Amino acid sequence: MLRFLDSDALDREPDLRDSMFRDRACQFRDRLGWEVSVDATGHERDAYDDCAPLYVIWQGRDGRHAGSMRFLPTLGRTMLNDHFANLNGGRPLRHPRIWECTRFCIARDAGPETAALVMLGGAELGRGFGLSHAAGVFDARMVRIYHRLGWEPAVLGRAGCGAGAISLGLWAFGAPVADRLATRACLPPGQARRWFETAFGADRAPAHSPAPAPAPAPARALGRAV
Amino acid sequence: MKRRLAAFIDRLQDIGTLDDLQKLIAGLRSSYGTEHLVYHSVSSLGEQYAVLTYDARWVAQYVDNDYARIDPVVQGSLRRFHPVDWKQLDWTARRERDFLGEALEFGVGNQGYSVPIRGPNGQFAMFSVNDRASDRDWALFTEKYCADLILVGHYLNQKALEIERGSDVGPRHDLSPREIDVLSLLALGLNRAHAAESLAISEHTFRAYIETARQKLGAGNTLQAVARAVAAGYIRP
Repeated sequence: MLRFLDSDALDREPDLRDSMFRDRACQFRDRLGWEVSVDATGHERDAYDDCAPLYVIWQGRDGRHAGSMRFLPTLGRTMLNDHFANLNGGRPLRHPRIWECTRFCIARDAGPETAALVMLGGAELGRGFGLSHAAGVFDARMVRIYHRLGWEPAVLGRAGCGAGAISLGLWAFGAPVADRLATRACLPPGQARRWFETAFGADRAPAHSPAPAPAPAPARALGRAV
Repeated sequence: MKRRLAAFIDRLQDIGTLDDLQKLIAGLRSSYGTEHLVYHSVSSLGEQYAVLTYDARWVAQYVDNDYARIDPVVQGSLRRFHPVDWKQLDWTARRERDFLGEALEFGVGNQGYSVPIRGPNGQFAMFSVNDRASDRDWALFTEKYCADLILVGHYLNQKALEIERGSDVGPRHDLSPREIDVLSLLALGLNRAHAAESLAISEHTFRAYIETARQKLGAGNTLQAVARAVAAGYIRP
């Protein structure tokens, strides 16, 4: 299922959290050979994981991470503005309705539809919060993947060429994109929306919190008319 | 909905004092038809100020008791950047429940939705909407207006910081309405021919607007101009 977890919520699910950071090490260090830092426990973490990001995660039936990405608001500190401002003419990209998306990761043994499911999670996040765009930096190998998934970014800037080119893109959010990705991911319409509402919705108590005391009672009381 | 937001942003331009901002937020509350609106700012030094529609007695009580320390809305917004429904916050402990009970006695509604806002140098603020709607109506309201609330909160914060500092923030490029139209349509992914057609102008004129906008924004190409217009807040939903 799709999970939308901020740092606090992620820490309440250590298995999911640890499998995600290990899968990230496997993808970014081992498979792609990026110079990322991996700690003693085998977790790939960077400074932006400490900036209270929001993670969109496809959780497999075994409860472990199968795919994910990480969101941060562009009004705060972002990897894009810290390291890739050259792709935007040297200026920071800041907007209340544009969030940065980084660390798109798919577990090695994940099913073929996982990329579509994670992208769908991103699309649902944007639709649910009324955002306009996701901003992200991507390399040449991703172009084909975005094309195949049917959600291509508008390219704002590019550096390098050929297989080594990296680009800054803006992905426009909207209902058609989310519906298209749901079809591609073989999910019934509305399912991703329900998962979003489980995480953030107003008419449901917080769900999937194995931690002690999710406390539905006061949460309900708050919602009822007084 | 778009008109309401545009009218708010227009009115915001002329505001120079916190008193004006207070009047504006009262007017905004009426136009959204909710019980209360609250803009609450906390500086990195812990100084707070707010522009809000709550009962003055509740505000005094809140400040006297330093309730920001336990208010789940403040504490929850500090730990997140995404908008949050108050029902998703942690009200489980006795202290928080008592706090809520007291707030309700002063006419604070039982439904709330808050947008966390991050400013420069550790400045932090929240923009909250508060009401007594049913769960269902509240879910519909927040879904419909979430995008609005993010923008309203952001613009309120910019204005509040500007008033505090006594100076304008960031350079202005002064794009004309037509230039903004042209860039907005390009941002939506329309090609030039379609975009020109929808504005009922020739493609030649359309290109001229792109060119002047591009120069004002100091952009190297059209895509960059669109990006800068978005980043500078010219392109609205």
